[in-house]
Amino acid sequence: MRTEIRVNGVDHAVDVDTRTSLLDFLREQLDLKGSKKGCDHGQCGACTVLVNGVRINACLSLAVMHDGDEVTTIEGLASGEALHPLQQAFLTEDAFQCGYCTPGQICSAVGLMAEIAAGQPSEATADLNAKVVLTDAEIRERMSGNLCRCSAYPQILAAVRRAAGAAA
Amino acid sequence: MSTVRDWAAPNPITENRSGLIGKPVDRYEGRLKVTGTAPYAFEVETPSAPLYGHIVSATIARGRIAGIDLSQAASAPGVVLVWSHLNVPVQAQRGAKLNPRSQRGSNPALGSDRVEHYGQSVAFILADTPENARAAEARIRITYEASDADLDFGSFIDSAGPVPGEEDARIGDFEAGYSASAVTVDATWFSPLQNHAQMEPCATTAWWEGDKVVVHTSIQMVKGGQHALAETLGIPSDRVRLLTRYIGGGFGGKGQSYDDLTLAALAARESGRPVRVAYTRRQMFQATVHRPAVQMRVRLGADGTGRLNAMALEAVTHCARNSTFVEHAAEFARNLYAAPHRLTGHRLVRLDIPHAGAMRAPGEAPGMLSLECAMDELADRLGMDPIALRIRNEPEVDPDNAKPFSIRQLVRCMQEGAQQFGWDRRNPTPGAVRDGRWYVGMGMATAIRGNFLLPAKAGLRLTGDGLATLTQGMTDIGTGTYTILAQITGETLGLPLDQVRVELGDSDMPPAPGSGGQFGAATAGSAAFETGMVMRRRLAELATSDPRSPLYGEDPLLMDFANGNIVLGNRSESLATLASRAGPEGVYVEGSISPAADARDWSQHTYGAQFAEVGVDSVTGEVRLRRMFGVFAAGRILNAKLAKSQITGGMIWGVGAALTESNAVDPRYGSFLHQDLGGYLAPVHADIVNLDAVLLDEADDKANPMGIKGVGELGICGSGAAIANAVYNACGVRLRDYPLTPDKVLAALEAKGL
Amino acid sequence: MKPFAFERARNVDHALSLAAAAPGARFLAGGTNLLDLMKLEIEQPETLIDVGRLPLADISETAGGGLRIGALATNTVVASDPRVRSRYPVLARAILSGASVQLRNKASMGGNLMQRTRCAYFMDPAKPCNKRLPGSGCSAMGGLSQATALFGASEFCVAVSASDMSVALAVLDAEVETVRADGSVRRRPVETLHRLPGDAPQVDTDLAPDELILAVELPPPPSGGQVWRKVRARASYIGALASIAVAGDRVALGAVAARPWRARAAEAALAEGAAPREAAEAELVSASGEDGRKTLVRRLATDAIQESRKGSRS
Repeated sequence: MRTEIRVNGVDHAVDVDTRTSLLDFLREQLDLKGSKKGCDHGQCGACTVLVNGVRINACLSLAVMHDGDEVTTIEGLASGEALHPLQQAFLTEDAFQCGYCTPGQICSAVGLMAEIAAGQPSEATADLNAKVVLTDAEIRERMSGNLCRCSAYPQILAAVRRAAGAAA
Repeated sequence: MSTVRDWAAPNPITENRSGLIGKPVDRYEGRLKVTGTAPYAFEVETPSAPLYGHIVSATIARGRIAGIDLSQAASAPGVVLVWSHLNVPVQAQRGAKLNPRSQRGSNPALGSDRVEHYGQSVAFILADTPENARAAEARIRITYEASDADLDFGSFIDSAGPVPGEEDARIGDFEAGYSASAVTVDATWFSPLQNHAQMEPCATTAWWEGDKVVVHTSIQMVKGGQHALAETLGIPSDRVRLLTRYIGGGFGGKGQSYDDLTLAALAARESGRPVRVAYTRRQMFQATVHRPAVQMRVRLGADGTGRLNAMALEAVTHCARNSTFVEHAAEFARNLYAAPHRLTGHRLVRLDIPHAGAMRAPGEAPGMLSLECAMDELADRLGMDPIALRIRNEPEVDPDNAKPFSIRQLVRCMQEGAQQFGWDRRNPTPGAVRDGRWYVGMGMATAIRGNFLLPAKAGLRLTGDGLATLTQGMTDIGTGTYTILAQITGETLGLPLDQVRVELGDSDMPPAPGSGGQFGAATAGSAAFETGMVMRRRLAELATSDPRSPLYGEDPLLMDFANGNIVLGNRSESLATLASRAGPEGVYVEGSISPAADARDWSQHTYGAQFAEVGVDSVTGEVRLRRMFGVFAAGRILNAKLAKSQITGGMIWGVGAALTESNAVDPRYGSFLHQDLGGYLAPVHADIVNLDAVLLDEADDKANPMGIKGVGELGICGSGAAIANAVYNACGVRLRDYPLTPDKVLAALEAKGL
Repeated sequence: MKPFAFERARNVDHALSLAAAAPGARFLAGGTNLLDLMKLEIEQPETLIDVGRLPLADISETAGGGLRIGALATNTVVASDPRVRSRYPVLARAILSGASVQLRNKASMGGNLMQRTRCAYFMDPAKPCNKRLPGSGCSAMGGLSQATALFGASEFCVAVSASDMSVALAVLDAEVETVRADGSVRRRPVETLHRLPGDAPQVDTDLAPDELILAVELPPPPSGGQVWRKVRARASYIGALASIAVAGDRVALGAVAARPWRARAAEAALAEGAAPREAAEAELVSASGEDGRKTLVRRLATDAIQESRKGSRS
C-alpha cells in the first residue's frame, strides 16, 4: 500500500505490505537497523522510535499507519559527528553493556525530555496538579518501558540526569 | 608449563606507568552502540539481498511427528522452501564428530520425527520477506503422536538420583556434628526455573562463498559454534567462518549454537542466497536453555557463640533427559565458612523439557539464596549480628581442601560495606521500623564466586601508521572485552588508546574460549598481555639488530616502551618507524596464556558483601527495593567504570531472582507458563532504586600475570539473599520459596496476623 | 500475520460504511493491542479500518459539568489533561499506572476499552481457550496462572480484564458513546460495556461489528476522596494482580473479573454505615476462586476505602 513517510529528514514514498510493522519497515526496507527487535510485542522497548516527536514502540505499529508522519530513529539523532547530548551521556556514564536495548533507551529518553517539557505527569508524580519536576523517581518510572537485561539502570539514570542537567 | 611464581615479577600491567589500567575509559565500541550502528548478527550487510527464515516449533512435550503437510505452505506467497524432518538436507547424526578435536559435535536441526521437548524445531520456512515467512506457518499441518513425558519437577524431587560421576563432598561427620550442636537451623529453599531473557534473540545471517560458509551469529563461544556447524554439515571446520562481533546479551544462554545457525547455513546453501534467521521471543523461552529450578536443604549447627560445628547444603535440580548439565548450587558452600563437619552434594531429576544450561553464576546464583539466608536465620536464633556470625566463621584456609587463599578480603568487604551502608542503623528486631504503609528492613549477605584461567591465544599487529591491532577469536557480550583488551594492549606497548584497535569474534582469529564463567577478562586479557610482551621482545630485537635504529647494538632486554616509542635512556625510536621498516604488513606476533601448573595450589575466588534495604507493603505484600549497596574484591580492576557496571548489573539480577523472576512448566503441556517478557518479569528501571557498588583495591598474584579476576558473575551472588533477609527484618516473614511475590508475602503476613 | 486489506478512513461516515461493507473488518486506532494479537494470529481480521486520523481526539467540557473525552485521545493526553488531573485524579492515576509511556502515547481511549485479556493461555495460540477458540476448553482452569477471576466467571472462562483505565471509568460512572453505520448513536455505562463470559467468552463487549466508539463522557466527579491503587509483581510496566478505584462512595475493582467490577455490595454496605473492612467482606461474599486473591482484595479495598475517607485525592 502506498505510504509516504519522512524518516530522519528524508522523504520516502513506498509501496509497503500492509502487514509490515514500522520496525521491520525501518530495519529491512530502509536499512535503518539501529531500532532493535527484542520481543516484537511491545514488552521490551528496544524498538522505541519517535513519531512526530512522540516515543512509541515501532513493533506495535504498521508502516501503513504512518502515512504523512515524521519518524526519528537512533540514526537521526546525531548531527554529523556530534553526538546527541543523550548519546554522549550514555557513553560517558556507561549506560549500556551489550548495547542492544540502547537505541531504544536513548530514543525513549529523548521522548522523556519532551514529555517533561510539556508538563506530562507520570505515576511517580506526587502531586498531579503541580509542575512536573524531573526527579530520579520520575526518570526511573518513565524509563521503565525499556528493559535492559544487562541491567545498566543506575547508569541509565545517571545518563538521563546528566543530559537533563546540561539541558536545564 | 609456567608457575604462579613466574607472574610475581613486575610487568607493564602491574607497573601501570601510563595509567591505562584501572582507568574508567569509555567503552571501545560505545560510539557504535549509542548511534545504533553496531551490526548485530541479524543486521550484518549481506553480499546480495537476503531471504528470511522462520522456524516452526513443536506444541507437544514428547512424542513423534505422525504426519506433516508442507504443501500449502510451500505454495504460499513468497515462500522459497519449506523443510521438515522429511526433506531437510542431510546433516551428521547428533553428537557425531568428523574431527575428534572438535569442541562440539553435530547438532542437526529437524533431524528426526522425534519430539523431545515443547518448542523444539519441527519445520522451517524460507521466504522473500519476514512477513511471508511467518504467515506461511499457519499453512503447515502437523499431527503428533504424544508420549508420556516427565514434566513436573516437584513430583520427582523425592526420587532424584545421584549425579553421574559425582559424589557428595563429606568432611568430618556431619550427622554427628549436627546433632551435637547447641543451635541449629534446618530449612529448605526453592529457587525456580529462570530464563536468560537476553534482549537480542538468537539470530544468524549466513551465506556461502564457494564451498565455505560465512555465518554471523549471536554466540558467546566462537570455536564451539564453528565446530558445531562444521560437524553438523559434515565439513572441515576451516570451511566454516563464524563471526560474532556484537552480541545483544548472553548470560550463558548463548554458550552454544541453536537451530538458527544450522538452518540459516543450510538454507543459504540450498537457495544460493544470503539467509537471515532469528528466534522469536517465544522461541527464546521455549527453545534455548534455562536455569533449572533447585531445591536446597540447608542444615547448620553451631555452638552458643555462633561457631559453626556442622553445615550441609543438599541441592536437587533437573536437566533434560539426555543432558549432562548440573546446576551445582551446593558447590560454593564448600569454600565459604569454616565448620569441621561438612556435607554438600547434588541430586538430579531428568525431565522432558528444554535443556537446562548455564545462566549467569551457575551454582552460586541460586545456591547462595539458601545458605546466606540460613546464616541469617542462625544469627537471629543466636541473637547475633549477621556480620559478626560470618566473621566468627571466617576460615584461615579453604575449609574444603586446606589450601591457602590466594587472597581473601571477605571480612573487609563486610566491614566496609556495613560502614558505608549504615548497617549500624539496622534495628535487629523484625517489623520494628515503619514508613507509613511500609515495613522497612535491612539485610545482608556475602558473595563468593570462583576465579578461572583458561588457555587462550591472541594476535597483535603493529603497522607503519603506528596502530596496534589486537585480534582474538573472543567475544564481547557487553562485558567490556573490546575495551579492556585495548587498555591492556596500550599499557603493555606504551601506546595511547587511540593507537590501539581491537578486533574480536572471528573464527579466523587466534582462539580464546569466549565469554562465560566470569573467566573472560582474565583469560582473554592475559593472552592479550602475553601477546603484547611477545611484541615487545620482537620489537626490541628488531630495533637493536638494525643499524638504521638509534638503538642498534644495545641489549634488547633493556628496552622500555612509552608514548608510542621504544626507549633506552635518552634514545628512542617510534614504533611506527620500526613497523614500517619491517615491511608493508608491519610486525605480527601471536602469544598465548596457559594456566600455571601450580595455580590450583591456592584457593582462588572473588568475594563481596551485599546490603539491601526494602519496603514491604503492609497491605498488599508488595516488596520494593529502597536501596542496595555492595562491596566487592575481585583482583586488579582493569576499568573502574566498566567493572562497576558489570557488578551492579549482577546485583540487579539478584533483585530479579529475589522478587520477580520465575518460570514454571505447565505439566499438562510441557510448555512454560511464561513465554514472553510480559509474563517473565525481569526487573524494570523502576524496580532498581539507589543501587551502588564499590570495588576494593586488590591484586591477586596467583590468578594470572596481571593479578586480575572476573567480575561478571560476582554481583549476582548473594544479592537476592540480602533482599530476602531484608524482607525478614522488615516484617518478620521468612519466605524460602523464591521469588518473594506479593501473594506469598501476603499469605505469610496473614498467617502472622499482620 | 494473515494478509488483510487496509483502509484509511477519511471521516466517521466513511469508517462506518467501510465497516458495514466488510464483514470481518476491525477498527484500528493505536493498534497496541490489536496488532499484538494479530502477530500471534489470535486476531485475524480480513480488513483493518484505520480510524486513527479521525477528528475524535478532543477533550471538552460538557453542559452538565462533566468532561467528554474523544475516543482517539491517547492515554497520555488524557492523563496529562489538567481537567482530568484536577477533577478526576483517579482516572489519571489509573492510566499512568498502565503499560509504558511508549504504549500510552499510542493507545487510545477507545482502544484501551477494547483491549482483550492478557490471560497467559489466551495469549498462547497452542493452548485450549474458549475465548480464543470457542469450545476448545479453558486452560486457565487448573492452570498455573494466578490471574483468574473472582467475580462473574463461568465454567467456560475465568479471564480478567487487563484495562486499568476502565476501572477508574467505571467508578466515575462514565458512559461510552458509540455510533453505527445506520447512524444510530447509543450511550451505555462503561461498567456494562464488557460482557461477563457466560457461555460465550469469545464475545468481550456488546458492541456490534460496525459500532464505533466516539467518546467517553464523565459526569461531574462525586464529592469526596478519589483513590487509585494497583498491586503488581514489579514496580512498573506490568498488569495488575488486583486494582481498586474509589471515588466518593463508589468502589470498583480491577483484574478480578472480565469487566471492571463495580463493587455494588461494598457500596451498599458503606451506604448502610459499614466499616471499610465490612464493606470489602460484603463484596467478597459473591467471590469465587483462590483464597489468597480474596485476601488481597479484602485488604486492598479496606485500605483504599479508608484512605478515600480522609478525602485523599491521589
